Amino acid sequence: MTRIDEHTRALITGGSRGLGRALSLALARKGATVVAVARGQGDLQQLEAEGGGRIHALVADVGSDDASALAARAIALAGGPFDLLVHDASTLGPVPMPPLSELSDDALLRVFQVNTLGPQRLTRALLGPMRTLGRGTIVGISSDAAVEAYPTWGAYGASKAALDHLHRVLRAELEGSGIRVFAIDPGEMDTAMHAAALPDADRTQLADPAEIARRILDTLQAGTEDLRWTA
Amino acid sequence: MDRLNVTRSKPSVLRAGQPGRDWRTVRLLDVTRPNGPITDRPLARLTSRLRRGDVLVLNDAATLPASVHGRSEEGPVELRLLGPVGEDDFGARWRAVVMGAGDWRTPTELRPAPVLSAGARLQLGFGLHADVRSRDGRLALLDFDRDGDALARALYAVGRPVQYSHLHHPLRLQDVQTPYASRPWASEMPSTGHPLRWPLLRALQERGVQLAWLTHAAGLSATGDPELDRSLPLPERYEIPEETARLVADAERVIAAGTTVVRALESAAIAPRTLQAGRGVATLRLDTDFALAVTDGILTGVHSPGESHWDLLQAFAPASLLNRAHQVAVERRYRAHEFGDLMLLL
Repeated sequence: MTRIDEHTRALITGGSRGLGRALSLALARKGATVVAVARGQGDLQQLEAEGGGRIHALVADVGSDDASALAARAIALAGGPFDLLVHDASTLGPVPMPPLSELSDDALLRVFQVNTLGPQRLTRALLGPMRTLGRGTIVGISSDAAVEAYPTWGAYGASKAALDHLHRVLRAELEGSGIRVFAIDPGEMDTAMHAAALPDADRTQLADPAEIARRILDTLQAGTEDLRWTA
Repeated sequence: MDRLNVTRSKPSVLRAGQPGRDWRTVRLLDVTRPNGPITDRPLARLTSRLRRGDVLVLNDAATLPASVHGRSEEGPVELRLLGPVGEDDFGARWRAVVMGAGDWRTPTELRPAPVLSAGARLQLGFGLHADVRSRDGRLALLDFDRDGDALARALYAVGRPVQYSHLHHPLRLQDVQTPYASRPWASEMPSTGHPLRWPLLRALQERGVQLAWLTHAAGLSATGDPELDRSLPLPERYEIPEETARLVADAERVIAAGTTVVRALESAAIAPRTLQAGRGVATLRLDTDFALAVTDGILTGVHSPGESHWDLLQAFAPASLLNRAHQVAVERRYRAHEFGDLMLLL
């Protein structure tokens, strides 16, 4: 199981908005030291101010920044290796999302850089330090679009399916290491990303990211063994 | 680390290893204290020499992009960062060695000192600048214009790892990280760790060997000033976790992975097998007469007589054994320096 207390160091990408922001705040409330990564300085500063000294802002683009530099900066902020890593930063690509017949190579590549390749590079950079602890948890925030075929969700869904499979293999490679790997589908939440994808959605039917964050942390702490689950 | 300043004056027949080497080709010169035998093995066979009850202590410091080029109104300057003054990893005030014109293809000892006055402002790119607070020969005290992650972000944008003229290509930051590099404290790579890949470390753990960790700010190996080089290593900060102190206290044998680990362990020793956990500054110089309080063995690079690390090795073994080991390393074409082969003295 994942221990979350004042000894926990957590890195959350996409930490300034939506589920990433909710996870950062929930972890800080449990006493963890949190490094929240996002591109926008303004949102991060706001989050840092709400974090009671436990949340540290790191301005970076996981899709393009050098992962070993990002890892070193994050570890310096946290004061040591991370025992919880959550890949929450995601992009839909161009919105409204085009069908695959209209999707440019550049847009597809950028979606994979942010949603798949960046997380893999960051995991690689942070895995060695995590192994020194002999324990740890790596979480990829996934989507039902990684499993179901929704028209216009091709780039996003394929990038999340690829991330899920990287995590499936990583879990097999880390067996016996004390490091656990999960792919979590948070379901439909009331976030800026959801509004960008489906602006006409009925917001009253969407979950509160704070509630989803609480459920994710509860399930991790309870010690589930499943690779992929829905929060 | 770079030992060019000494290997030039006393040419070594050991050639430098190059980055990008497959760790499975790395050799291990296995030297039994105090009289031998000396055996040439693949590094992967380290598992046959360590056993349950052994604690292998490793330095998890990541290597900084410590080489930063810039200029003042007086001319070009290269900073080689020694470390921040104070507790913060990226505080605004840093100690650095300063060098003048030239690049990494020029051996360090041939690099001139820069023209650089106290009070000068250095423009370093990325909008970053630093004011020279004081200067003493090659040593300078600098105030950057920012601190915290803003400084880290700028340094990672403009800095590169310290370069070595004996390598064929310039080094990227990822080339100089050990497989477990954590906090960015090292001015140069703690290089013994470079070939210690996780499959090997896992195999050691499966044999019952305990891994223990500390962080030691491995410093510069050359400054360009012969007098200052003779005083190396400079004082270096370290931190020893409680867990490591506990593992060392219970160990049958303690093996240090690298000279930086020996320096941290012996600096933190308050009694045989007893470490003061926490932060400290290593000022010790180890040599023939040093009585080791904690360390039973060392895993290290292949060094040559006359190098600064040779003195430290004499705390572990008599010169006669080290000379014989060096001869075997030369015969077996061992590689030296940051990406070279390893030697175990145990």
